[in-house]
Amino acid sequence: MTEIFAPPDSNQVAEAVSQAVSAGTTLDLRGGGSKVAYGRPMDTDAILDVSALSGIDLYEPEELVITVGAATPMAEVQSVLAEANQHLAFEPPNYGHVLGHGVGSATIGGIIACNLSGPRRICAGAARDHVLGIAAISGRGDAFKSGGRVVKNVTGYDLSKLMAGSMGTLGVMTEVTLKTLPRPTQTRTVLILGIDAETGLKVLEQTAGSQAEATGLAFLPKLQSERSAVPVISEADSVTAMRLEGAGDSVADRAMVLAVQHKDAKVQILDHEDSLTYWAEIRDCTLMPTSGALWRISVPPASAAQLAGRLAVDCDPEILFDWAGGLMWVAMKDDDPCEGLVRDALDSLSGHATLVRATESIRRTIPVFQPQSDPLAELSARIKEAFDPQGILNPGRMVAGQ
Amino acid sequence: MPEPNQDVIRRSGELASSLAAVLPKGAVLDREDQRRVYESDGLTAYRQMPLMVALPETTDQVSKVLTICASFGAKVVPRGAGTSLSGGALPLADGVLLGMSRFNRILDVDYANRCVVAQPGVTNLAISDAVADRGFYYAPDPSSQIACTIGGNVAENAGGVHCLKYGLTTNNIQGLEMVLMDGQVMRLGGRHLDQSGYDLLGVMAGSEGLLAVITEITVRILPKPQTAQALLVGFDTVQAAGNCVAAIIAGGIIPGGMELMDGPAIRAAEAYAGAGYPTDAQALLIVEVDGTGEEVKVLAERVSGIAADHGASTIRASASDQERVTFWAGRKAAFPAVGRISPDYYCMDGTIPRARLAQVLSQIAVMSERYGLGVANVFHAGDGNLHPLILYDANNPGELDRAEQFGADILRLCVAMGGVLTGEHGVGVEKRDLMGEVFTEQDLAQQQRLKCAFDPDGALNPGKVFPTLHRCAELGRVHVHGGKTRFPELPRL
Repeated sequence: MTEIFAPPDSNQVAEAVSQAVSAGTTLDLRGGGSKVAYGRPMDTDAILDVSALSGIDLYEPEELVITVGAATPMAEVQSVLAEANQHLAFEPPNYGHVLGHGVGSATIGGIIACNLSGPRRICAGAARDHVLGIAAISGRGDAFKSGGRVVKNVTGYDLSKLMAGSMGTLGVMTEVTLKTLPRPTQTRTVLILGIDAETGLKVLEQTAGSQAEATGLAFLPKLQSERSAVPVISEADSVTAMRLEGAGDSVADRAMVLAVQHKDAKVQILDHEDSLTYWAEIRDCTLMPTSGALWRISVPPASAAQLAGRLAVDCDPEILFDWAGGLMWVAMKDDDPCEGLVRDALDSLSGHATLVRATESIRRTIPVFQPQSDPLAELSARIKEAFDPQGILNPGRMVAGQ
Repeated sequence: MPEPNQDVIRRSGELASSLAAVLPKGAVLDREDQRRVYESDGLTAYRQMPLMVALPETTDQVSKVLTICASFGAKVVPRGAGTSLSGGALPLADGVLLGMSRFNRILDVDYANRCVVAQPGVTNLAISDAVADRGFYYAPDPSSQIACTIGGNVAENAGGVHCLKYGLTTNNIQGLEMVLMDGQVMRLGGRHLDQSGYDLLGVMAGSEGLLAVITEITVRILPKPQTAQALLVGFDTVQAAGNCVAAIIAGGIIPGGMELMDGPAIRAAEAYAGAGYPTDAQALLIVEVDGTGEEVKVLAERVSGIAADHGASTIRASASDQERVTFWAGRKAAFPAVGRISPDYYCMDGTIPRARLAQVLSQIAVMSERYGLGVANVFHAGDGNLHPLILYDANNPGELDRAEQFGADILRLCVAMGGVLTGEHGVGVEKRDLMGEVFTEQDLAQQQRLKCAFDPDGALNPGKVFPTLHRCAELGRVHVHGGKTRFPELPRL
């Protein structure tokens, strides 16, 4: 049976890691456990359960800053921010629907460690852009910190960004300081119904380059839209969606202006409540199927249609386009991830593909994350060694043997 | 600074000819009059002649130069336009100064993917200019944007007046090509969002030329906001202005720019630029709101209301875009304006939590008395970045030293208030010895281990950022406690 360490505070986390260093014990880092199925499977000696590192240490809404224990549940962070009419602008997603776990156990540390961002990524930045500072325990058992509680800061290397997206392979985050922002009070979504993917993506590209200040740009084919709980969406043959957000009545006016620009097409405007429901569906990936291999692919937005065309020929997947085409959710018909085709197609474009869902044996045999060029892979290995020389923290979670 | 390597200095002729063999004619400068140009950057109090200067034009040449330098054991100091205010590009007596000025081309403007691919020697403003006719711009706008290069911006993670809403350099770059000290070339990110693997883009931003030499940058460009309006708001006290800033943000408004100047800065700027500032005010806020026409109208009204509620003595809204630009002209000229009222000034760059502003300024005033040196303060109120300009005269013996001590005290105060040593100018040589105020030995050791992963011989820009340089072998040791259970009290489930 796998041993479980559950230190009650950050000092004890440091001691647990030091002890693991001494004994050569490899550790599987756990916060809420909502993402155990994400990344490469691991065979570790023990689980380091850091769920005790939970709670809000500091929240100053006027300073737009919050400091929390790394394992604070997302739901708790979001509800505290909502009380002050604020939020985390990168729109943290919950992939429970596609990863097969219950909703609600995601922690802030997990979101940051995976650098996951929702539809607002296109204008608000990624999770990593909202991290102001971190405290962590390295794979040597040493506590270190980086950043601070202010937005503008070049005091030393930005290790906070390095920790974001490193999947717990470089250190055990114990505390995270994040930038908070005012929450928009009004949301509208301008929909164009029934156009094909290529035309829809062109509309999104044009809107992204315009002064409309859209905060969400997505295209859904019929298969995805019909799973929506919003009636006008579920009845459509396809949905090209443009979200506008802001502080007051002007949002409705802006939606009218944008809708009039597309008056020759079949246009609808979603009200505030329906907009919230719909964008949560896109953010949390709940319009994708619950079985079969699933990719999350980041590409130059203008290449999305081309990539979709190439995948359609051999694999015939379901595809949802977010980030004006820059983020493609690609669901295969069965467990076969069509890996060769996905990676080959990306070779000629810039971008990267993550195999978010696949059977354990497939995730053991093919790279879950985009393979890197040799010099970059070697540099990454040296960075891993600089933080975790014994390779005890989440070994193999990102790259086999590392 | 690290002790110069006499062997490298002795072999400088040999090194120069090896470099000349891989570079275009005239791209290695080793005459004294040629090297003199590079002896300092924007922090002119520090000067050092470089051993020689190399001016490569291609990534391949950069790779060869670094390989050759590594084989000689020579240090390398990269330099963009040399506008650093922290001595980031200060040369070394035994080091090759790697001038990136010939990497001056914009390689691609990609409107469909809303990005620009540029070489590192392109100026910040040139990127915005290149995309202006299609209504786009590059968001970070440091005051030196007409001269500073995008490569230097990445190295220092440059900001500007729009950071709160639009982010710093690190939030606006998507891809890099870089060369390590061993000559290896690699690419990070690209025209897509987010990178796979470790966030090395995030690490490179603000790395002050210590990790790798940047040879290409992909930046994201944004559509210009439809409209923008600026409000000039005068206050009788800094405290009232600070409260107004907090209330604007608490009211859910994130202005495109929000700048604060104290009395001495207002009067210097007005005398210099004639921007129409209220010279009797003790604090002046410039608040700019931008966005669609509908949104701007609503926001400007709300900001005016908040300002009135906080006892503003004057409120003026720009009636035209021309007037808006005039409002900014005074603030953007604040540094030269202060240069006119004092023979020399020393520009500091701390960041503090916004709410501590009044407290920090009153303590700076006390220090100003104590050191007998005047000070004018400009403050990026939106993001808490404070630039006290210490007035001194280098011709008066001892004044520069006093100014430096005064500056160090200000930075210590910023840290004590929950802030940091530098918001956008970098640590460089200037604030290197204050790093211990912010970081523990263990924090600094971990940062240096990262440096070791990129540059194990410590040859890239040594002497900057870190107060003490440890050898990588020493940092790499792991302390294993003999496999004993040191912590029997640890809960085990």
